Amino acid sequence: MLDLDFSFYNWAMISDFVLKGFYFSLVLTLIATLGGIVLGTLLALMRLSEKPFLVWPALVYVNGMRSIPLVMVILWFFLLVPLIIGQPIGAEISAVVTFIAFEAAYFSEIIRAGIQSIPRGQVMAGEALGMTYAQNMRLVVLPQAFRNMLPVMLTQTIILFQDTSLVYAIGAYDMLKGFETAGKLFGRPVEAYLLAAVVYFVICYSLSRLVRRLHQKIAIIR
Amino acid sequence: MNWDWEIFFQDPGGQHTTYLEWLMSAWGWTLSVSLLALLLALLMGFMIGTLRTLPKHPGWVLFGTGWTELFRNIPLLLQIFLWYHVIPALVPPLKELSGFVLVVLALGFFTSARISEQVYSGIRALPKGQFYAAQALGMTTWQSYRYVILPRAGRIILPPLVNEMMSIVKNSSVAFAVSVSELTLFALQVQEETARGVEVYLAVTGLYVVSALAINLLMGQIERRVQIPGLVLPGATGGGH
Repeated sequence: MLDLDFSFYNWAMISDFVLKGFYFSLVLTLIATLGGIVLGTLLALMRLSEKPFLVWPALVYVNGMRSIPLVMVILWFFLLVPLIIGQPIGAEISAVVTFIAFEAAYFSEIIRAGIQSIPRGQVMAGEALGMTYAQNMRLVVLPQAFRNMLPVMLTQTIILFQDTSLVYAIGAYDMLKGFETAGKLFGRPVEAYLLAAVVYFVICYSLSRLVRRLHQKIAIIR
Repeated sequence: MNWDWEIFFQDPGGQHTTYLEWLMSAWGWTLSVSLLALLLALLMGFMIGTLRTLPKHPGWVLFGTGWTELFRNIPLLLQIFLWYHVIPALVPPLKELSGFVLVVLALGFFTSARISEQVYSGIRALPKGQFYAAQALGMTTWQSYRYVILPRAGRIILPPLVNEMMSIVKNSSVAFAVSVSELTLFALQVQEETARGVEVYLAVTGLYVVSALAINLLMGQIERRVQIPGLVLPGATGGGH
C-alpha cells in the first residue's frame, strides 16, 4: 500500500514547476501585505475619524469584505474588473488586486485595534504641544501603534501566504499549482501533495516561531 | 448594466427543476458541511486545547501542540487535497468515503487547531488559584476541568469562538475544489452555464452573508444567556481569515 516514489523530485523539476509558483505566491503575499497595510491604515483612520461620511463607507467596506469568503471575492474581482476596465486581465493581476482589497479589510481591523491601544493621554499630549492631526498621527500615535501590532500583522501575513493557494479558483499559477502540475505530469500526485504540505509547513511554522520570538522582544511594557 | 433575474426560474436540466432550487440545495450543502465540521472542530478543539494545559503530562502537551501546529501551518485547500487524494491512497479503507465526508473531516480538523489555540489561551487566562482551589476542595484533575476550569474558560473564549463559527461557513467555500456541490461550486458552474455572473454571484454572496449574520445573532443570544452576572470579560482582537 505504501508505494511512494519521490525520485522524480530533482532540482530541474523543482525549478521548472515549483519555483515559478513559489515566486508568485511570495510576490503576491508581499504586495498584498504592503498594499493592504497602506489601504488598511486609511480605512482605520476613516473609521476612527468620527465623521459619518468617512466612518460609514469604511464600516460597510470592512464588514462587507470580512463576511464574504475569500474565494468568492477572488471570483468577483475576476468577473468584475474586466467588465469595468473593458478588457480581459490575467488571473495573476486579478489576484494581486483582489488580495490587496481583501487584506486591507483585515489589516484595517488590526490597525484600528492598535491605534485604540494607545492611551488617550498620548494624543492629548501631542495636541497640547500644538501638533496637527496629521503630525500627531505620524509622529506620536502610528509609530507606537505599529510597534504594538507588528506581531499580529506578521501572523496575518503568514495566513495571507497560506491563502494565496486559493487563486486555484481562477487558475493562477501559485506554489500549490506548481506542485499539482508536476504531480499530474509525472503521474505522482500523492507524492506531490505530500511534498507541498511539507514545504508549506516548514515555511509557515518557522515564520510563526520567528513572530513569537519577535513578540517577546518588542512588546512595549506598560 | 441590465439585470436578468429570470434566469433563476429557468430549467438547468439535470436533477434540479430551476436554478433557484439548485441554489437552495447548494446552500443546504454549505450549511451541512459547516455544521458538521463545526461539531467535529469544537469536540477536537476543546479536547486538544485542554490537553495542552494539563499539568504534569508533557507527553499530552507535546501531542496537543504538535496537532495544533500541524493543522495551522498547511493551507486549508492543500489539506482538502490531502484528505481527498493522499489519505485514501495511503489508507485504502478510506476510499469508500464520499467527498462530502472528506471535506467535513478536513475543515473540522483545520478548525480544531484554531479552536484549540483559543481554548488553550482561555484556560491560561484564568488565575492559577482557580485550579488550586478546586484541588483543595478534593476534586480530581478531571473534576477541576469539568466543573471549574472549562465552564469559565468557555465563557471567556465565546466571542472569538463566534468568529470561528462564522469563519467555518466562509472556509467551507474551499470545498468547491473537490466538487462538493455547495454555494461556490454553484457560482462557478452556473456562471459558466448562464453567463449571468453578476446575478449568480450576488445571490451566492447574499446567502453567505445571511448565514454569517444568522450565526452572529444566534450566538449573541447564547452569549447573553450563559453570562455570569457581574463578571466583565476582556474583549477579543481582530485578525484571521
